[in-house]
Amino acid sequence: MELAVDGAPVYAYTAGQTLDPARPSVVFLHGAGLDHSWWGLQSRYFAYHGRNVLALDLPGHGRSGGAPLATIEALADWVMRVLDTARLERASVVGHSMGSLVTLECAARHPARVERIALLGSAFPMRVSQDFLAAARANEQSAYVMETIWGHAPQVPFAGNPNPGMWMYGDTLARLARLAPGVLYADLKACNDYAAGLESAAKVKCPALFILGRRDAMTPAKAGEAFASAIPGSRTLIVAASGHSLMAEAPDATLDALIEFLR
Amino acid sequence: MAGPKYPGFDTLALHAGQSPDPATGSRAVPIYQTTSYVFRDTEHAASLFNMERAGHVYSRISNPTVAVLEERIAALEGGVGAIATASGQAALHLAVATLLDAGHHVVASGALYGGSHNLLGYTLRRFGIDTTFVKPRELGAWRAAIRPNTRLLFGETLGNPGLDVLDIPEVAKIAHAAGVPLLVDSTFTTPYLMKPFELGADLLYHSATKFLGGHGVAIGGVLVDSGRFDWEASGKFTQLSAPYEGFHGMDFEEESGTRAFLLRARREGLRDFGACMAPMTAFQILQGVETLHLRMPRHVENARTVVAFLAAHPMVEAVGYPELPSHPDHALAKQLLPRGCGAVFSFNMKGGREAGRRFIEALRVFSHLANVGDAKSLVIHPATTTHYRMSDEDLARAGITAGTVRLSIGLEEAEDLVEDLGRALGTAQKTLG
Repeated sequence: MELAVDGAPVYAYTAGQTLDPARPSVVFLHGAGLDHSWWGLQSRYFAYHGRNVLALDLPGHGRSGGAPLATIEALADWVMRVLDTARLERASVVGHSMGSLVTLECAARHPARVERIALLGSAFPMRVSQDFLAAARANEQSAYVMETIWGHAPQVPFAGNPNPGMWMYGDTLARLARLAPGVLYADLKACNDYAAGLESAAKVKCPALFILGRRDAMTPAKAGEAFASAIPGSRTLIVAASGHSLMAEAPDATLDALIEFLR
Repeated sequence: MAGPKYPGFDTLALHAGQSPDPATGSRAVPIYQTTSYVFRDTEHAASLFNMERAGHVYSRISNPTVAVLEERIAALEGGVGAIATASGQAALHLAVATLLDAGHHVVASGALYGGSHNLLGYTLRRFGIDTTFVKPRELGAWRAAIRPNTRLLFGETLGNPGLDVLDIPEVAKIAHAAGVPLLVDSTFTTPYLMKPFELGADLLYHSATKFLGGHGVAIGGVLVDSGRFDWEASGKFTQLSAPYEGFHGMDFEEESGTRAFLLRARREGLRDFGACMAPMTAFQILQGVETLHLRMPRHVENARTVVAFLAAHPMVEAVGYPELPSHPDHALAKQLLPRGCGAVFSFNMKGGREAGRRFIEALRVFSHLANVGDAKSLVIHPATTTHYRMSDEDLARAGITAGTVRLSIGLEEAEDLVEDLGRALGTAQKTLG
């Protein structure tokens, strides 16, 4: 569905379903340079199993207009304005990578509106190397290659894609090729600059789940586990065979964990 | 700090899409000779059918062995994914049927494989899809042929049989200016000699029967999507950007901009037309793909030796190989095909049909048959075989005469090939008196 927030068009994938305020809602937030379709299987599942689903394209990404927002905090407040526009009072929020930081901030800044949070491929601090930032700032192809290769487990190019016939590297590169100049850099900079992780983690009162990939090169599982320990009572699932792109690399394990957590 | 290294072509040819089988440790790709796959429970079944979970349901739609081939070819081409089909013709049909409805129009190169010409020029017209054929090197003709209902531009990377080099960068610009994709048949070049997506093509397919399989043992095709064409922005492809009642009201573009084409092609085209690839076929073609990077250089090297021999022979009027300065696309070939122009080409003999008949029947190493891209050298007379349905006008447009002979150069000793051709040409020469 298409919404308008801050004067810009916002796209929210709902799997073609009509939102019903009486149903529980789940918001899916993608990572740097990506879009709603990264959540394709999982978001579609919940939309057909009794949830309102809003798998968002963040500003400047996918089908959403506007410029990318500069900070994780600004993105979290934007998500709340999307909920306002969609007339949804409360939602669980599921975020990946950069989206996981936004998810945390949603829960910390707007606790009355966030029921549960799931953070996938997450770590704090989410430092980005200077080479990666510089390449992204220059809109160089090498930045997209770094995002693609570091964004998947090392065995991905030599292992079958759970989605038959699809080449995971190629799909990621094709998505990144559609980005407007500067978008990936804005995202990576927002991750790198984000400093409030531990303070915000301490404010989280709702149930929290971390889903981490043992072979994650971007946000290593050990860093994710340390981050999870900052949220009292949070649970952590480590997927042994997955890298950073859990939704694509281990779609069933990711979905099963979310089904159980959001039950 | 250097960035991470993208896997090389040769490594991908051997490994992309498959790791040792987790159930058995099998290093080779297992042949999953099964029609169907057991659901864990009814909920799992429903989720697979509604695309909430990834996996296999029925081997017409997908199969684990076939999926390895699809992923491997997509990796070699730099695409987002691929669909393997029962033949190269099935791949072309799947591409057209996914994107075009009755009333739509294709602009295609006139220098096509005869089967592709038949499909577009005759068969698809029965279903309301019209095609205008143009000379591939006349860029203005491509532009002029585009109509409001045009939905696809199509050509072969190396036109069959004259080896017209398709100017992919320029034809792609023409296609994109019209808001439509460029599809290329990449059979003659394979991803080893050319990467059409890097040049601007949006979709490509192979007759995997040819160089990908490489050994003349299996019929198959592979359709690959670059994921780069913006179907939504074009506004001309409601097949991908509007709810489709034939699949749960799915808007394929909303599901994924980069996967929309393959989603519909698999969920509609394979489901309904059913021209899928068998797992044994995929296995056989994979054996060929694993040595593609070794075979193609030898194919090209042998072809160059044979071309040089024929070009100097008194019985030969002309050799159509783009590496020769006499070929009209010589400069373009240097630019687009620096690794070589493949191993299939034609030459025109003196002496007409009778000389041609004697030449072909005198060959001992070359096999007279209707195929190309085998490890063995092959020969055929297009005017009486692959292109026999074409009118004289269409034949001339495709650069074919009664004396045209097409060769597919294999992996034998080049000296033996030259000796075979020299002796057969000598036999043919006797017809000239």
